[in-house]
Amino acid sequence: MNASAKTDDGGKLALAARFRELLRADQIIVDAESKRPYECDALPVYKAMPLLVLVPETTRQVQAIVRLCYELKVPVVARGAGTGLSAGALPDSNGVLVSLARLSRIIEVDPDARIARVQPGVRNLAISEAAEEFGLYYAPDPSSQIACSIGGNIAENSGGVHCLKYGLTVHNVLGMEIVTAEGEILQVGGRGLDTAGYDLNALFIGSEGLLGIVTEVWVKLLPKPEHARVVMAGFDSVLNAGDAVSAVIAAGIIPAGLEMMDGFAIQAAEDFVNAGYPRDARALLLCEVDGNEDEVLEHVERIESLFREFGATSCRVSRDDAERALFWKGRKAAFPAAGRISPDYYCMDGTIPRRKIGAVLEAIQQLSEQYGLRISNVFHAGDGNLHPLILFDASVPGELHAAEELGGKILELCVQVGGSITGEHGVGVEKLRYMLAQFNDAELAQFHAIKDALDPAGILNPGKGIPTLRQCQEYRSIDASGGAKR
Amino acid sequence: MGDIAAELEATVRAAAASGTKLSIVAGGSKSFLGRDVAGECLDVSGHSGILDYQPAELVLTARAGTTLTEIAQCLEDCGQMLPFEPPVFDGKATIGGTLACDAAGPARPWRGSVRDATLGVTLINGRGERLRFGGQVLKNVAGYDVSRLQAGAMGTLGVMTEVTVRLLPIPAATATLVREMDAAAAIRRMNEMTRTPLPISAAAWLDGKLYMRLEGAERAVAGARGKIEADFDSGDESIWRHIREQSLEFFKGSTPLWRFSVASNSGHRNADEPWLLDWGGAQRWLRGEFDAQYLESLACDLGGQVSLYRHGDRSGEVFHPQVPAMRNVQMRLKKSFDPHGIFNVGRMYDGI
Ligand SMILES: Cc1cc2nc3c(=O)[nH]c(=O)nc-3n(C[C@H](O)[C@H](O)[C@H](O)COP(=O)(O)OP(=O)(O)OC[C@H]3O[C@@H](n4cnc5c(N)ncnc54)[C@H](O)[C@@H]3O)c2cc1C
Ligand SMILES: Cc1cc2nc3c(=O)[nH]c(=O)nc-3n(C[C@H](O)[C@H](O)[C@H](O)COP(=O)(O)OP(=O)(O)OC[C@H]3O[C@@H](n4cnc5c(N)ncnc54)[C@H](O)[C@@H]3O)c2cc1C
Repeated sequence: MNASAKTDDGGKLALAARFRELLRADQIIVDAESKRPYECDALPVYKAMPLLVLVPETTRQVQAIVRLCYELKVPVVARGAGTGLSAGALPDSNGVLVSLARLSRIIEVDPDARIARVQPGVRNLAISEAAEEFGLYYAPDPSSQIACSIGGNIAENSGGVHCLKYGLTVHNVLGMEIVTAEGEILQVGGRGLDTAGYDLNALFIGSEGLLGIVTEVWVKLLPKPEHARVVMAGFDSVLNAGDAVSAVIAAGIIPAGLEMMDGFAIQAAEDFVNAGYPRDARALLLCEVDGNEDEVLEHVERIESLFREFGATSCRVSRDDAERALFWKGRKAAFPAAGRISPDYYCMDGTIPRRKIGAVLEAIQQLSEQYGLRISNVFHAGDGNLHPLILFDASVPGELHAAEELGGKILELCVQVGGSITGEHGVGVEKLRYMLAQFNDAELAQFHAIKDALDPAGILNPGKGIPTLRQCQEYRSIDASGGAKR
Repeated sequence: MGDIAAELEATVRAAAASGTKLSIVAGGSKSFLGRDVAGECLDVSGHSGILDYQPAELVLTARAGTTLTEIAQCLEDCGQMLPFEPPVFDGKATIGGTLACDAAGPARPWRGSVRDATLGVTLINGRGERLRFGGQVLKNVAGYDVSRLQAGAMGTLGVMTEVTVRLLPIPAATATLVREMDAAAAIRRMNEMTRTPLPISAAAWLDGKLYMRLEGAERAVAGARGKIEADFDSGDESIWRHIREQSLEFFKGSTPLWRFSVASNSGHRNADEPWLLDWGGAQRWLRGEFDAQYLESLACDLGGQVSLYRHGDRSGEVFHPQVPAMRNVQMRLKKSFDPHGIFNVGRMYDGI
């Protein structure tokens, strides 16, 4: 993978010399040991060494880096905190990796306009912490929010538990400053709710670092709800739990969060954090409602009675914020809990229409048996975003491969029932081949046309997000020859 | 109700081959918005009908020419609505035209824009290919977000044939409150109130009065009312419809109408001019003959942009000017969808 880097040491040093005209020596990482932490994101199945890692501290430096890369036609990969789960920040072995970690200033919090202006390296949670003194917060809350950066959130259009009610990143960003592939600085959007021309906020958010590098962001802040409670209910089947989810929404209630865990996940989480989950349940729902206190109480009553009507075997309402936090603790620890019961796990991410939850979970169970790999399901039931955790042991030959193949089957299933191959983790390198399940050649060609319009030289995060037409042919011929699915 | 997608596709292919310019028209009569555009009329209004509505999914898919009135009637039976409170204009507005213009009403800062509710589109691009982007699920990050890119693109990127939008339950209770104050005080008050967790769904100022709308569960509205009623009176709920449909006296006549989209808390300027403030201060309307450049610099001071919304000279630029780098990106983006330059050319900016 890094053959060219090895053979081209001279080239690497010459390139480093060019960057030394733009950056201090300590902002340019050349040696292999210091580059090591950047060789992958949170999906370490894919690894590569970049020629150089660059650590700019200002927009101007980012601009200068991109300009030089554009001139030399050197690939540029942006990196936030490296918590991505689709190898989106995987370095290019013939290019530079640009870490935005030092652009980490909260430039301004304007409580009256309910706007925060921040640099891309700011951690998601840090924005809410800064807004706290004004009674405000930033709504999208990916489970990785302690670590992940707002720049990475924009690239992945990240969501979280609260996005059923409060939307995804795209609903909560007003504007950005972007360095284009040609090294121009663009202001996209602004402090108002819209700007004339094409909505580039919509285009850039979720574009996985393929269209530009984000160097500043204006996010919307919301008033913190007065009151919140969680209804926790156990069910003896995932089908009943799925129906109960639909019933809540159909009753005109939009919960702030609505999460489901299957029996396996309940056990793992309960062993890990003792949240008081009903161990005998086959499915657990956590339904949070927030707002004005009276409104919350009104909705909690409705939800409790709906849950019982749909066969809940147990039902509890959090009495205070401490208990609410405890109920969530098990959910939030679901991934590490799986890590305790299995040497390795592979976290999938796909979305389906809510009404298909029961049927899809059953099909996933069948696939699990067919492949002989256990699957733990913890997911955002309110918006149909599944996260099956496929448990495997990488030291057993063939298990990683089987886990990947099984994961692919699940994604194809998601598309078949009208969903998507990725809800929030992105395509990156990981899901390139499954783009074929969701899009035809003309649609993929339109994506390439957009990419060419914004990055004519193709230097930004090449090889990610959208499969090339050649890759598509390769994938198809593998499938046609009946060969291994991966 | 009908499916004319195949015909639309054929027309677009023929136009692409011959380089014929098309002017996409749905409900029609919208020549006032955007710049004058020449071209053969491509009528999409015949492409209508609701294709899929799943109340428990809060999702609806309709052909682009379906009128908002038809959609609203269908949703009402299940107690649901389009979140963005769009103008329906004599029942003519369609879901495709509404997305193309990103036309949202007073609830927009709280319930989101048309763009925010959009989940998927089917679009005929300038190569005459019918393409699907997005879908029926809230979360979908596969590929670029081409669906939301259609919002406000005014049909310059292609002909939409199907649109999928997210819905919301109709709130159980609503209350409109009103109080006399000047515009500067209203801006402060709207922003102060929006900072707190009150169930606000609209806030506007006109003719010396601040109007607020509360919406939500019965108890939420009652509780919030108790908190702020002290200095507000009960107001007439129809004010919101009149603002949305632009049927107030303020909007009548042929004087140019300017729309400012600015930071909600920016100060009130040119206080002697006729203003109407909506969206909690984030959307401001101004009537009168003004020098466009002067208003553009005013808009920048207010943290936003201005457009010549209605009347005035529609042959020149009517939207806020773009810096060369931005214009370049927008031109190229247009070209990536419409390489032969056939759709609504010039409707947004000269050449776009
Ligand atoms: C335990 C765990 C839980 C998670 N839970 C969630 C969840 O609930 N919801 C969710 O959405 N995701 C979740 N994720 C995935 C991940 O945290 C998000 O995708 C996050 O947004 C990535 O941010 P990052 O800063 O780590 O980006 P990176 O991993 O560093 O980069 C991700 C992508 O963004 C690009 N990028 C980064 N910065 C910029 C920039 N400034 N400009 C342009 N492109 C840039 C990169 O090139 C890459 O393509 C989880 C991950 C983990 C490990
Ligand atoms: C505040 C406000 C006030 C308005 N006042 C009035 C008014 O008084 N009278 C009135 O008639 N209208 C008015 N409009 C405009 C109109 O009601 C909305 O823009 C409407 O939703 C447009 O719908 P339409 O179907 O009539 O579209 P059209 O007016 O036919 O088209 C509007 C734009 O959308 C494009 N378009 C339409 N359908 C498609 C499609 N399927 N694919 C791609 N592009 C498409 C058109 O090319 C055009 O650029 C107003 C809009 C707003 C926001």
